[in-house]
Amino acid sequence: MDLAHFTPIASLVGGLLIGLAAALLWISNGRVAGITGIVGELLAPARGDAGWRLAFVGGLVGGGALVHALHPSAFAAPRGSTGLLVVAGLLVGFGTRLANGCTSGHGVCGVSRLSPRSLAATAIFMAVGISTVAIARHLVGGA
Amino acid sequence: MKPAVAFVCGLLFAVGLAVAGMTQPSKVLGFLDLFGGRWDPSLAFVMIGAIAVYATARALAPRRPLFAAAYPELRRRGVDRRLVAGSLLFGIGWGLIGFCPGPAIVALGALVPGSLVFGASLLIGLAAFQVSDL
Repeated sequence: MDLAHFTPIASLVGGLLIGLAAALLWISNGRVAGITGIVGELLAPARGDAGWRLAFVGGLVGGGALVHALHPSAFAAPRGSTGLLVVAGLLVGFGTRLANGCTSGHGVCGVSRLSPRSLAATAIFMAVGISTVAIARHLVGGA
Repeated sequence: MKPAVAFVCGLLFAVGLAVAGMTQPSKVLGFLDLFGGRWDPSLAFVMIGAIAVYATARALAPRRPLFAAAYPELRRRGVDRRLVAGSLLFGIGWGLIGFCPGPAIVALGALVPGSLVFGASLLIGLAAFQVSDL
Protein backbone atom coordinates (compact mmCIF):
# COMPACT_ATOMS: atom_id res chain seq x y z
CA MET A 1 0.00 0.00 0.00
CA ASP A 2 1.05 3.56 -0.68
CA LEU A 3 0.30 5.20 2.64
CA ALA A 4 2.27 8.35 1.75
CA HIS A 5 -0.38 9.33 -0.80
CA PHE A 6 -3.41 7.83 0.97
CA THR A 7 -6.04 10.57 1.57
CA PRO A 8 -9.15 8.83 2.91
CA ILE A 9 -10.72 11.92 4.51
CA ALA A 10 -10.22 14.31 1.58
CA SER A 11 -11.36 11.66 -0.87
CA LEU A 12 -14.42 10.84 1.21
CA VAL A 13 -15.32 14.55 1.51
CA GLY A 14 -14.76 15.02 -2.24
CA GLY A 15 -17.02 12.04 -2.88
CA LEU A 16 -19.72 13.48 -0.63
CA LEU A 17 -19.58 16.75 -2.63
CA ILE A 18 -19.81 14.84 -5.92
CA GLY A 19 -22.80 12.92 -4.59
CA LEU A 20 -24.39 16.16 -3.39
CA ALA A 21 -23.95 17.78 -6.82
CA ALA A 22 -25.48 14.76 -8.53
CA ALA A 23 -28.33 14.64 -6.00
CA LEU A 24 -29.11 18.34 -6.51
CA LEU A 25 -29.22 17.90 -10.29
CA TRP A 26 -31.63 14.97 -9.95
CA ILE A 27 -33.95 16.51 -7.37
CA SER A 28 -34.10 19.95 -8.97
CA ASN A 29 -33.84 19.30 -12.70
CA GLY A 30 -34.61 15.58 -12.88
CA ARG A 31 -31.35 14.87 -14.69
CA VAL A 32 -28.69 12.23 -14.25
CA ALA A 33 -25.25 13.73 -13.57
CA GLY A 34 -23.43 11.71 -16.19
CA ILE A 35 -20.66 13.83 -17.63
CA THR A 36 -20.41 11.87 -20.88
CA GLY A 37 -24.11 12.19 -21.61
CA ILE A 38 -24.28 15.85 -20.63
CA VAL A 39 -21.36 16.78 -22.88
CA GLY A 40 -22.03 14.24 -25.64
CA GLU A 41 -25.60 15.32 -26.20
CA LEU A 42 -24.43 18.92 -26.53
CA LEU A 43 -23.03 17.89 -29.90
CA ALA A 44 -26.56 17.32 -31.25
CA PRO A 45 -28.92 18.77 -28.65
CA ALA A 46 -32.67 18.42 -28.69
CA ARG A 47 -34.60 21.72 -28.82
CA GLY A 48 -34.41 23.63 -25.55
CA ASP A 49 -32.08 21.05 -24.07
CA ALA A 50 -28.73 22.76 -24.56
CA GLY A 51 -28.97 25.52 -21.95
CA TRP A 52 -28.67 23.48 -18.79
CA ARG A 53 -25.99 21.27 -20.35
CA LEU A 54 -23.87 24.29 -21.26
CA ALA A 55 -24.42 25.74 -17.79
CA PHE A 56 -23.30 22.48 -16.14
CA VAL A 57 -20.16 22.28 -18.28
CA GLY A 58 -19.55 25.97 -17.54
CA GLY A 59 -19.73 25.11 -13.84
CA LEU A 60 -17.20 22.29 -14.30
CA VAL A 61 -14.76 24.52 -16.18
CA GLY A 62 -15.39 27.48 -13.86
CA GLY A 63 -14.93 25.22 -10.86
CA GLY A 64 -11.59 24.11 -12.27
CA ALA A 65 -10.49 27.73 -12.67
CA LEU A 66 -11.70 28.60 -9.17
CA VAL A 67 -9.99 25.69 -7.42
CA HIS A 68 -6.81 26.33 -9.38
CA ALA A 69 -6.79 29.98 -8.27
CA LEU A 70 -7.19 29.01 -4.61
CA HIS A 71 -5.24 25.77 -4.48
CA PRO A 72 -3.17 25.05 -7.60
CA SER A 73 -1.65 21.89 -6.12
CA ALA A 74 -5.04 20.18 -6.49
CA PHE A 75 -4.05 19.71 -10.12
CA ALA A 76 -1.33 17.75 -11.80
CA ALA A 77 -0.52 17.41 -15.47
CA PRO A 78 -1.15 14.03 -17.08
CA ARG A 79 2.07 12.16 -17.85
CA GLY A 80 2.56 10.85 -21.35
CA SER A 81 3.47 11.90 -24.87
CA THR A 82 1.07 13.96 -26.99
CA GLY A 83 0.36 10.82 -29.00
CA LEU A 84 -0.62 8.90 -25.88
CA LEU A 85 -2.85 11.77 -24.70
CA VAL A 86 -4.62 11.77 -28.08
CA VAL A 87 -5.13 8.01 -28.13
CA ALA A 88 -6.38 7.96 -24.53
CA GLY A 89 -8.70 10.92 -25.11
CA LEU A 90 -10.22 9.31 -28.20
CA LEU A 91 -10.72 5.98 -26.40
CA VAL A 92 -12.33 7.67 -23.38
CA GLY A 93 -14.62 9.85 -25.52
CA PHE A 94 -15.75 7.15 -27.94
CA GLY A 95 -15.87 4.38 -25.35
CA THR A 96 -17.93 6.21 -22.76
CA ARG A 97 -20.44 7.32 -25.37
CA LEU A 98 -20.74 3.81 -26.77
CA ALA A 99 -21.26 2.49 -23.23
CA ASN A 100 -23.71 5.30 -22.47
CA GLY A 101 -21.80 6.48 -19.43
CA CYS A 102 -18.56 6.86 -17.55
CA THR A 103 -17.36 7.01 -13.95
CA SER A 104 -20.10 9.49 -13.02
CA GLY A 105 -23.16 8.22 -14.90
CA HIS A 106 -22.48 4.50 -14.41
CA GLY A 107 -19.98 4.50 -11.53
CA VAL A 108 -21.85 6.85 -9.19
CA CYS A 109 -25.43 7.41 -10.36
CA GLY A 110 -26.09 3.98 -11.86
CA VAL A 111 -24.35 1.96 -9.14
CA SER A 112 -26.31 3.95 -6.52
CA ARG A 113 -29.59 2.61 -7.88
CA LEU A 114 -28.06 -0.85 -8.45
CA SER A 115 -28.65 -0.74 -12.19
CA PRO A 116 -27.35 -4.03 -13.63
CA ARG A 117 -25.98 -2.21 -16.69
CA SER A 118 -24.09 0.30 -14.58
CA LEU A 119 -22.75 -2.38 -12.23
CA ALA A 120 -21.48 -4.31 -15.27
CA ALA A 121 -20.00 -1.20 -16.92
CA THR A 122 -18.25 -0.15 -13.72
CA ALA A 123 -16.83 -3.62 -13.13
CA ILE A 124 -15.53 -3.71 -16.71
CA PHE A 125 -13.90 -0.27 -16.86
CA MET A 126 -12.36 -0.76 -13.42
CA ALA A 127 -10.96 -4.18 -14.31
CA VAL A 128 -9.70 -2.97 -17.69
CA GLY A 129 -8.21 0.19 -16.15
CA ILE A 130 -6.38 -1.92 -13.56
CA SER A 131 -5.16 -4.31 -16.28
CA THR A 132 -4.03 -1.43 -18.49
CA VAL A 133 -1.98 0.11 -15.68
CA ALA A 134 -0.51 -3.28 -14.82
CA ILE A 135 0.54 -3.85 -18.42
CA ALA A 136 1.74 -0.30 -19.11
CA ARG A 137 3.68 0.07 -15.86
CA HIS A 138 4.93 -3.36 -15.01
CA LEU A 139 5.16 -5.25 -18.29
CA VAL A 140 5.99 -2.52 -20.82
CA GLY A 141 7.00 0.66 -19.04
CA GLY A 142 8.76 -0.51 -15.92
CA ALA A 143 7.94 2.75 -14.12
CA MET B 1 -33.89 28.27 -13.03
CA LYS B 2 -32.70 25.00 -14.56
CA PRO B 3 -29.48 26.40 -16.05
CA ALA B 4 -28.66 28.24 -12.81
CA VAL B 5 -29.04 25.06 -10.78
CA ALA B 6 -27.07 23.12 -13.39
CA PHE B 7 -24.25 25.66 -13.16
CA VAL B 8 -24.10 25.30 -9.37
CA CYS B 9 -24.14 21.50 -9.73
CA GLY B 10 -21.25 21.65 -12.20
CA LEU B 11 -19.29 23.92 -9.88
CA LEU B 12 -19.92 21.68 -6.87
CA PHE B 13 -19.06 18.59 -8.90
CA ALA B 14 -15.76 20.18 -9.97
CA VAL B 15 -14.83 21.15 -6.42
CA GLY B 16 -15.70 17.61 -5.28
CA LEU B 17 -13.48 16.04 -7.94
CA ALA B 18 -10.59 18.32 -6.99
CA VAL B 19 -10.96 17.73 -3.22
CA ALA B 20 -11.22 14.00 -3.88
CA GLY B 21 -7.89 13.98 -5.73
CA MET B 22 -9.32 12.96 -9.08
CA THR B 23 -7.86 15.99 -10.84
CA GLN B 24 -4.44 14.41 -10.30
CA PRO B 25 -4.09 11.69 -12.94
CA SER B 26 -1.16 10.23 -11.00
CA LYS B 27 -3.47 9.60 -8.03
CA VAL B 28 -6.05 7.91 -10.24
CA LEU B 29 -3.33 5.68 -11.69
CA GLY B 30 -2.11 4.99 -8.15
CA PHE B 31 -5.59 3.64 -7.40
CA LEU B 32 -5.69 1.55 -10.56
CA ASP B 33 -2.17 0.22 -9.89
CA LEU B 34 -3.39 -2.67 -7.81
CA PHE B 35 -0.43 -4.95 -8.48
CA GLY B 36 2.50 -2.55 -8.13
CA GLY B 37 2.90 -3.02 -4.39
CA ARG B 38 2.10 0.67 -3.79
CA TRP B 39 -1.68 0.73 -4.08
CA ASP B 40 -3.40 4.00 -3.07
CA PRO B 41 -6.98 3.06 -2.11
CA SER B 42 -8.15 6.70 -1.74
CA LEU B 43 -10.46 6.70 -4.74
CA ALA B 44 -12.53 3.90 -3.26
CA PHE B 45 -13.50 6.48 -0.62
CA VAL B 46 -14.66 8.85 -3.38
CA MET B 47 -17.02 6.17 -4.65
CA ILE B 48 -18.26 5.37 -1.14
CA GLY B 49 -18.96 9.03 -0.34
CA ALA B 50 -20.63 9.84 -3.64
CA ILE B 51 -22.78 6.71 -3.68
CA ALA B 52 -23.85 7.14 -0.05
CA VAL B 53 -25.15 10.66 -0.69
CA TYR B 54 -26.67 9.97 -4.10
CA ALA B 55 -28.39 6.73 -3.10
CA THR B 56 -29.89 8.47 -0.07
CA ALA B 57 -31.07 11.39 -2.19
CA ARG B 58 -32.67 9.05 -4.73
CA ALA B 59 -34.46 7.21 -1.97
CA LEU B 60 -35.76 10.42 -0.37
CA ALA B 61 -36.37 12.41 -3.59
CA PRO B 62 -39.71 14.23 -3.92
CA ARG B 63 -42.37 12.71 -6.20
CA ARG B 64 -41.40 15.09 -8.99
CA PRO B 65 -38.35 17.28 -9.55
CA LEU B 66 -38.54 20.86 -8.29
CA PHE B 67 -38.03 22.50 -11.70
CA ALA B 68 -39.17 19.83 -14.15
CA ALA B 69 -42.47 18.13 -14.90
CA ALA B 70 -41.26 14.61 -14.18
CA TYR B 71 -38.21 12.42 -13.75
CA PRO B 72 -36.98 10.81 -16.96
CA GLU B 73 -37.98 7.23 -17.59
CA LEU B 74 -34.67 5.37 -17.32
CA ARG B 75 -34.87 2.66 -19.93
CA ARG B 76 -34.46 -0.83 -18.61
CA ARG B 77 -32.09 -2.51 -20.98
CA GLY B 78 -29.89 -5.47 -20.34
CA VAL B 79 -26.13 -5.65 -20.59
CA ASP B 80 -25.38 -5.59 -24.31
CA ARG B 81 -22.34 -5.62 -26.56
CA ARG B 82 -22.20 -1.83 -26.82
CA LEU B 83 -22.01 -1.47 -23.06
CA VAL B 84 -19.26 -4.07 -22.79
CA ALA B 85 -17.22 -2.81 -25.76
CA GLY B 86 -17.57 0.83 -24.76
CA SER B 87 -16.55 0.19 -21.14
CA LEU B 88 -13.59 -1.82 -22.40
CA LEU B 89 -12.36 1.03 -24.62
CA PHE B 90 -12.96 3.54 -21.84
CA GLY B 91 -11.03 1.41 -19.35
CA ILE B 92 -8.00 1.29 -21.65
CA GLY B 93 -8.00 5.06 -22.19
CA TRP B 94 -8.53 5.70 -18.47
CA GLY B 95 -5.66 3.41 -17.50
CA LEU B 96 -3.29 4.96 -20.05
CA ILE B 97 -3.51 8.54 -18.72
CA GLY B 98 -5.68 8.62 -15.59
CA PHE B 99 -8.34 11.04 -16.83
CA CYS B 100 -12.02 10.18 -17.05
CA PRO B 101 -14.35 12.77 -18.66
CA GLY B 102 -15.26 14.85 -15.57
CA PRO B 103 -11.76 15.55 -14.24
CA ALA B 104 -10.50 16.14 -17.79
CA ILE B 105 -13.03 18.96 -18.28
CA VAL B 106 -12.30 20.43 -14.84
CA ALA B 107 -8.57 20.38 -15.71
CA LEU B 108 -9.38 22.43 -18.82
CA GLY B 109 -10.64 25.22 -16.57
CA ALA B 110 -7.39 25.06 -14.62
CA LEU B 111 -5.39 25.25 -17.87
CA VAL B 112 -3.43 22.17 -16.85
CA PRO B 113 -0.70 21.36 -19.40
CA GLY B 114 -1.82 18.46 -21.57
CA SER B 115 -5.47 18.90 -20.66
CA LEU B 116 -6.20 20.74 -23.90
CA VAL B 117 -4.81 17.90 -26.03
CA PHE B 118 -6.68 15.31 -23.96
CA GLY B 119 -9.88 17.40 -23.85
CA ALA B 120 -9.86 18.01 -27.62
CA SER B 121 -9.31 14.30 -28.26
CA LEU B 122 -12.12 13.45 -25.85
CA LEU B 123 -14.47 15.75 -27.78
CA ILE B 124 -13.36 14.24 -31.09
CA GLY B 125 -14.05 10.80 -29.63
CA LEU B 126 -17.54 11.88 -28.59
CA ALA B 127 -18.14 13.47 -32.00
CA ALA B 128 -16.81 10.36 -33.77
CA PHE B 129 -19.44 8.32 -31.98
CA GLN B 130 -22.09 10.84 -33.00
CA VAL B 131 -21.31 10.42 -36.71
CA SER B 132 -20.46 6.72 -36.50
CA ASP B 133 -24.05 5.52 -36.89
CA LEU B 134 -23.55 3.11 -33.97
